[in-house]
Amino acid sequence: MTAATMDHTGHGHDGHSHGGHGHDSHVHDGHGHYPGVPSYSHIMPLWILFAVFASLIALTALTVALSGVALGTAEIFVSMGIATIKALLVAVYFMHMRHDKPLNVLICTFSLVFVALFIGLLVFDSMEYYPNIAARTYVEMLDKAK
Amino acid sequence: MATIVENPSLTGGSPGAEPVVDNYLTFTRGWKSWAFTLDHKRIGVMYLFATLGAFFVGGVMALLLRSELFFPGQQFLSPDMYNHMFTLHGAVMTFLFIIPGIPAAQGNFVLPIMLGAKDVAFPRMNLGSFYLWIFGAIYLVAAIIFGGLDTGWTFYTPYSTTTNTSVILATTGVFILGFSSIFTGLNFIVTIHTMRPPGMTWFRMPLFLWATYATAIIQVLATPVLGITLLLLIAERAVGIGIFQPELGGDPVLFQHFFWFYSHPAVYIMILPAMGVISELISTFSRKHIFGYRFIAYSSIAIALLGFLVWGHHMFTSGQSAVSATMFSFLTFSVSIPSAIKVFNWLATMYKGSISFATPMVYALSFIFLFSIGGLTGLFLGALSVDIHLHDTYFVVAHFHYVMMGGTLIAFLGGLTYWWPKMTGRMYDEFSSQMAAIGVFIGFNLTFFPQFVMGARGMPRRYADYLPEYEFYHQLSTIGAFVLGVALVAAVGILVKSLWTGPKAPANPWGSATLEWQCSSPPPHDNFATTPEVGDPYAVESVKWSDSEHGYVKNPSYVPSKDH
Amino acid sequence: MSTADVVSPVTAPGEHHAHSGDGHDHGHGHQPHLAHHFESYEQQFDAGKLGIWLFLVTEVLFFSGLFCAYVVYRVLYPELFAFGHLFLNKELGAINTVVLLVSSLTMALAVRAAQLGQRQVLISMLVVTIACAFVFMGIKYVEYTTKFREGLFPARYFAPTPEALLHAAHMIHDAQSHGSAGHSAGAHDDHAADTSHGHDAKAGDHAHEEVNKNGLTAAEQAMVDSVKVPPNAGLFFSIYYCLTGLHGIHIIAGIAAISWILVRSIKGHFTPLYFGPVEYVGLYWHLVDLIWIYLFPLLYLIH
Repeated sequence: MTAATMDHTGHGHDGHSHGGHGHDSHVHDGHGHYPGVPSYSHIMPLWILFAVFASLIALTALTVALSGVALGTAEIFVSMGIATIKALLVAVYFMHMRHDKPLNVLICTFSLVFVALFIGLLVFDSMEYYPNIAARTYVEMLDKAK
Repeated sequence: MATIVENPSLTGGSPGAEPVVDNYLTFTRGWKSWAFTLDHKRIGVMYLFATLGAFFVGGVMALLLRSELFFPGQQFLSPDMYNHMFTLHGAVMTFLFIIPGIPAAQGNFVLPIMLGAKDVAFPRMNLGSFYLWIFGAIYLVAAIIFGGLDTGWTFYTPYSTTTNTSVILATTGVFILGFSSIFTGLNFIVTIHTMRPPGMTWFRMPLFLWATYATAIIQVLATPVLGITLLLLIAERAVGIGIFQPELGGDPVLFQHFFWFYSHPAVYIMILPAMGVISELISTFSRKHIFGYRFIAYSSIAIALLGFLVWGHHMFTSGQSAVSATMFSFLTFSVSIPSAIKVFNWLATMYKGSISFATPMVYALSFIFLFSIGGLTGLFLGALSVDIHLHDTYFVVAHFHYVMMGGTLIAFLGGLTYWWPKMTGRMYDEFSSQMAAIGVFIGFNLTFFPQFVMGARGMPRRYADYLPEYEFYHQLSTIGAFVLGVALVAAVGILVKSLWTGPKAPANPWGSATLEWQCSSPPPHDNFATTPEVGDPYAVESVKWSDSEHGYVKNPSYVPSKDH
Repeated sequence: MSTADVVSPVTAPGEHHAHSGDGHDHGHGHQPHLAHHFESYEQQFDAGKLGIWLFLVTEVLFFSGLFCAYVVYRVLYPELFAFGHLFLNKELGAINTVVLLVSSLTMALAVRAAQLGQRQVLISMLVVTIACAFVFMGIKYVEYTTKFREGLFPARYFAPTPEALLHAAHMIHDAQSHGSAGHSAGAHDDHAADTSHGHDAKAGDHAHEEVNKNGLTAAEQAMVDSVKVPPNAGLFFSIYYCLTGLHGIHIIAGIAAISWILVRSIKGHFTPLYFGPVEYVGLYWHLVDLIWIYLFPLLYLIH
């Protein structure tokens, strides 16, 4: 069975040296090796998939339960925090990010930076100019009342 | 179970050694072989025709606008028609020509060959992108037929939600065109990452690839925001969601933020590939290694990233807060640094070079001149206080035409004349082509320089009529527009004529060292029979003139230096 | 793992020129599904993977516009969101969250099966995933039709019916009488489960009282009148429909994509060497799930 004996073409691949790893069976940090599976394919063990699923359900229950508790201003941070943990679980395990190329992970992180930039600057600006609009609306109201 | 066979493409081999029987144009025949082609070269050529067609339509509209403005008062366009005309001129030129012009047409043709690859990573998506362009164009044309469009290409709310022209058709068209652009960008990023040949490290890539890569980053990151903005605008008109509608509690300034988050980076989608073309031209026609390779490469990425931080400079007078305006103004100035780095490096490349004034170089020199004016006047507009005076005047119109047209269009023509022999296998007439290029330069300046003057004197943009004191400038501008129009038609006509009368092009007519000149002209279907050897893309001394070939061939005495 | 499943990735010389037509079909003879311009399955897989990640980036930025609108208006008008969420059915939202999480699990299992060449497992997992997607859309349909019946439309057409307002009044009343800290998620189940008949229990008590033109008793009308509808309350529903609508469109696209993968699995296209499309569609599906993970607390669980 030589399926794992990949023909290494020496292509660029982002300068990551693949230096002949294709000829060895890839050792996946203790997850065991599956015969006939090429090195670029990482198999997620079943127990991880089910454990992640169980955590996701548990976190969903938690966030629903917490929604009935008055947490004040902390509420949005708590619920977003739980959502982010869930999102990370999905991304890291279901989406195989943990075993993906660093480039793909980098691209995702990078896109989130841009989302933060977009939302951050925009919310900042609208909060800054909002008082002008509110003041204007008030003046117009007074004018109408005259 | 197959046995492992030695792959000859891995052992190298001399490119061009085997006789080429077929090229990509004659490889298969019949209209279907074009309509369903997955060959990046054919898709590039189809994009070239399509974008040039769009440019012609947009250009005719521009001439109509300029003719209307030759005298004050109404000549033949009603004010309403005038509004429709300038909106469509803007929309067609921006979305159908400038954005896809260099990346999708020339980039598609050249990029895989420069990489020594057989095709882009996703050929089907590439063809899909072209058809999306066609559909988008059909929607825009439909908008013209069914009610026109008078919002300006920016679709600002609340006017765009209240006008009774066909905003939904036009925005659907632009939405589709956005996806076409995303697919092109995505394809280029993946191709550059995964399909570089052995030996081509990031810093051995031609600078055109760096530029298209930077462009592709913007296309992938910014265009989706335009998509959602336009969807919200469509929903606003269709079901009244009110997000941009003041009377429903919405905020029109929010629309401008959304729109410019895409559209400011989009101007770098337009200019970055142009800068990439110029980097190739300057080195080749100065017969000198490019100066400051890494600086030019990094500056492309820097422009792409900084370009995301400056969108607010379009909104200085819109009600944006003073703090944001100050911050955006400051950041705007910072973009001039990488742009200037490029210009200085081009000039340094030319210094003590053996400059040939072939047509592409004439365009490249025009580019440097016009882009510098365009860039420097951008600083006026980026300064807060000055912008209050210049905002919405012809000064702005002149500024962005100097950058977009004097920059991108001129580089488009430079790239077209540079790669024309490669695309078609024919040489065009050098002298008449140079004259046309000079005509474009003169016509362009005559059109747009007077607009700086009248803009500074207060002539507002987008007006169908004007006070008599501006008549002189408008007439100069209109005369220039016709000179420009004639020169452009001549420039393209000379190229088309070469298809019938031009002599056969050699593989490397200009003496460039990048890979696309190592395959025959026009290239074979698979680009390279064997994976080409990768060297320094700017080692122009690696090729020398051969009288028998009428072109440049490998210099046998060339020894790669370790310097670069 | 049988040897027959596995195809040699080695490029045979001459294969590149042996193709017909445009030459972009699978030119590798005995290497099914390896496109002619790639040198190996690994290169093809890497390219596809990078491509799908970039596509997901565009999706994230696409949605970010709507999230941005959400944040801006939530910061400026928190009362709209506190009011608007009273009309959303938290239970249905939670069920849909679980449905999507299950579908994500089955999708991950499907990818695993494809990698291991387990065709039967792959097919059944894909079928379950599609089924979950349909359940999700079914529940969404129930939610949407309920809201349309209650007049909860986007801003311009926002006109909540008295019944909807009565329901909101009960929700506010419950929250106040139970004390914020004490009341659990289940406290207003009865009202939330079927909002259009949410006042049935009350109506029974007052069966003999006269009803006004709104079909409400005097006490109920008083409750409705006590509800303060904040100005521009419809803006919340605009954002709600945009976010969930766009998400729903992505679910439908996902159903189409998974069905395509299902057909190809039935045809036996996928092998441990060539399973890319399953993985790519899987990544897309997980992203759709990921977006819902944020939408659920942002829209349904506002306190």
